Amino acid sequence: MNLGVQLLQYTLSGITVGSIYAMVAIGFNIIYNSTGIINFAQGEFVMLGGMTAVYLYKTLHLPLFVSGLGAVFIVMCIGILFERFAIQILKDSSVITLIIVTIAASILFKGGAMFIWGKDAYVLPSFSGDEPFHMFGATILPQTLWILGFLFLIVAALTGFFKFTIVGKAMKACAFNRRAARIVGINVNRMVMLSFALSALIGGIAGVIVTPITLAHYDRGALLGLKGFGTAIFGGLGNMGGAVAAGIIVGLLEAYSAGLISSGYKDAVALIILLAVLFFRPGGIFAKKEEQALKTF
Amino acid sequence: MKRLLKTSYGKAALTFIISLILLLFLRNPYYIGILIFLGINIIITTGLSLLMGYAGQISLGQAAFYGIGAYTTGILTTKLNLPIILSFPMCLFLTVLIAFIVGIPTLRLRGHYLAMATLGLGEIVHIVFNELIPLTGGPSGFGNIPLITIFGMELDNDYKYYVFVWAIVSLILFLSLNIINSRIGRALKAIHKEQTTAATLGINTARVKLYIFVLGAGYAGIAGFLYAHYITFLSPGSFGLGFSVLLVTMVAVGGMENIWGAFIGTTVLTILPEYLRFFHDFDILIYGVILMAIMMLRPEGLYGIKIPFKRVTSDG
Repeated sequence: MNLGVQLLQYTLSGITVGSIYAMVAIGFNIIYNSTGIINFAQGEFVMLGGMTAVYLYKTLHLPLFVSGLGAVFIVMCIGILFERFAIQILKDSSVITLIIVTIAASILFKGGAMFIWGKDAYVLPSFSGDEPFHMFGATILPQTLWILGFLFLIVAALTGFFKFTIVGKAMKACAFNRRAARIVGINVNRMVMLSFALSALIGGIAGVIVTPITLAHYDRGALLGLKGFGTAIFGGLGNMGGAVAAGIIVGLLEAYSAGLISSGYKDAVALIILLAVLFFRPGGIFAKKEEQALKTF
Repeated sequence: MKRLLKTSYGKAALTFIISLILLLFLRNPYYIGILIFLGINIIITTGLSLLMGYAGQISLGQAAFYGIGAYTTGILTTKLNLPIILSFPMCLFLTVLIAFIVGIPTLRLRGHYLAMATLGLGEIVHIVFNELIPLTGGPSGFGNIPLITIFGMELDNDYKYYVFVWAIVSLILFLSLNIINSRIGRALKAIHKEQTTAATLGINTARVKLYIFVLGAGYAGIAGFLYAHYITFLSPGSFGLGFSVLLVTMVAVGGMENIWGAFIGTTVLTILPEYLRFFHDFDILIYGVILMAIMMLRPEGLYGIKIPFKRVTSDG
């Protein structure tokens, strides 16, 4: 295989992984926008999505399509329960308490997954077979197209939701100013619940669609969450388009460094980007200079 | 006597005396080993509680500083045959330097940024421990780290090491209590209450927070040093994200608002697993339940809980 084909192959795998990071980052953004909380359990939603889908498919023998849908629904319910029984009750607490509660939730989700499914890694079959396509000598798994398709679908659906529906606009209003939103009659509590539901839903989708490629494992959530957060910061916290672009960039850099430098340090790439962005451009790469100066971080 | 106990050296000395009395009653080396670990953990969580309770910031990378301290002294004493008297300042210097570099930019930001930056740092350090095989031995680690010799006496058994560790714990407590009651401690309390007001009063909020963050990292480095020369073998598994989260849990469960809260939380969560042996790997689930329950029911932590038959005084 010559270098050109190899590079193309890395590019493809980078875009695939990057799409997943983008989805995790979008999940972070939605909750951050409506509550100002960074949800440390975001990566666990992805893990739960994958694990639940495997359970429904392999243990309950449901069809793949139903398992995936069911898993996404269950993860969404977990997100709602988490918001109702923890975040809602503590909403007037200090930021540090809220962080610790999301950390506690992530431990619970992870511990619970290990308790139920043990320490094995599980795989789902690809949605439409494993017969790869060939393009200029590089191979594309059909699952890659599914992942890209879902990312596109999520972004399109969310854009429509925030732009054209009254509920979406209400959520956006909460993001701008919660008190003002309440004054014009928006039920802020419900919007917060909805943001957790949406964010868990997207996490669940990411978990289901990535499992055929990377396997599901109880311990996968933390690192994925961290990389997703790096992506969110990179694209500008709260900025959805930024999250998608940043996700693809992080995925590509990771794939190139794994292929061309060393696979051992692959996971460090996203984290080093995270630190570098935090240090030099905490508003993200797409923030304008004036914006950067005005915002307090 | 009562007045003496109100002073920081009184409290530190009392801690040391109690730990020595405890040693007289403990004849089982297994328990002494646990209490040595307890002391090492308390050194880290004391620093973390200063950061969480007093500076209102959270670090999810304390295990990385702990690991940097341990690996630095381990590598210097085994690969370069440096004496411990030189490796100790080196490991303190390195942890403090790295904390400084990470702390400067992130502590200028508000909110969760330090948490995520330290989490990222923790993962990077963990990856380096795993991948830098010529120095760290990779995932399988390396051993033969020499024992500490102090005033010509080698700390070659658990009893001697116990006294050494708890002497250092007492010193750390003494230092920390003094910091709380100093200008910096009062500045921290002001920042924790209201950052803008504190800044208006002329407190350089970023600098004070940085100071405490670096101090906490230094404590973790010291703890790592003590760990390396006790266990004499290092592998990356002891310094992962799980341990960082456990340290935060210890502080939060005990009570963030007070140094003694961290002391209590660390004691509970270091001793408790010994009684949870039959849960095997599921202890993580128990930690999650405990942490969630404490945050929901008593966010101020276990410290100062009123026990019906015995009043616990609540001065720091």
